[in-house]
Amino acid sequence: MKVGNVAGTVVSTINIPLLDEHRLLICDIQDVDGDPDGYTICIDVVDAGVGETVLILDEGNSARQILGIDTGAIRAVIVGVVDELVVDGEPRNVT
Amino acid sequence: MQLARVIGTVVATEKIEGLEGVRFLIIQPLDKTLEPVGRTVVAADAVHMAGQGEMVYFVSSREAAEALPVRFVPVDHAIVGIVDDVHIGAGS
Repeated sequence: MKVGNVAGTVVSTINIPLLDEHRLLICDIQDVDGDPDGYTICIDVVDAGVGETVLILDEGNSARQILGIDTGAIRAVIVGVVDELVVDGEPRNVT
Repeated sequence: MQLARVIGTVVATEKIEGLEGVRFLIIQPLDKTLEPVGRTVVAADAVHMAGQGEMVYFVSSREAAEALPVRFVPVDHAIVGIVDDVHIGAGS
């Protein structure tokens, strides 16, 4: 799993049927130093909001398990909103 | 999933079994400010509607094959949606 920040939303009408019922959020991924390390578009199952620090699962089988499906082209899912983050004993700012 | 812009098409008559009827498009991945980033890739079009110049989003790796009618085909990028709008920042 990865830690990221919700940067925005993607609006899409035409997509594979699986994505019809899910919100898509653009998340900046953080590296261990808290620096940006790319972004990914995630499915949101916890109602995360823009600006929040979130926990991102980026693995297909686990993502499908969360959504309760056997097949489907999904990989990145937001599975939690982060309350507190401590790296090497140092608390990090979370939003 | 990542954002990308469709910049071309690939036509191939002889294909491996399981890829019959699948369209292939050349896409340029974009960063979240919609600027091109990285190298172009060939992606299968799982929505059957993506066209030249359109902004799309695509899934990579093994999950790409999951988007197609026949599973476990050798495909590593698939377009899974067409983007209407991207909102970055508060108020999104």
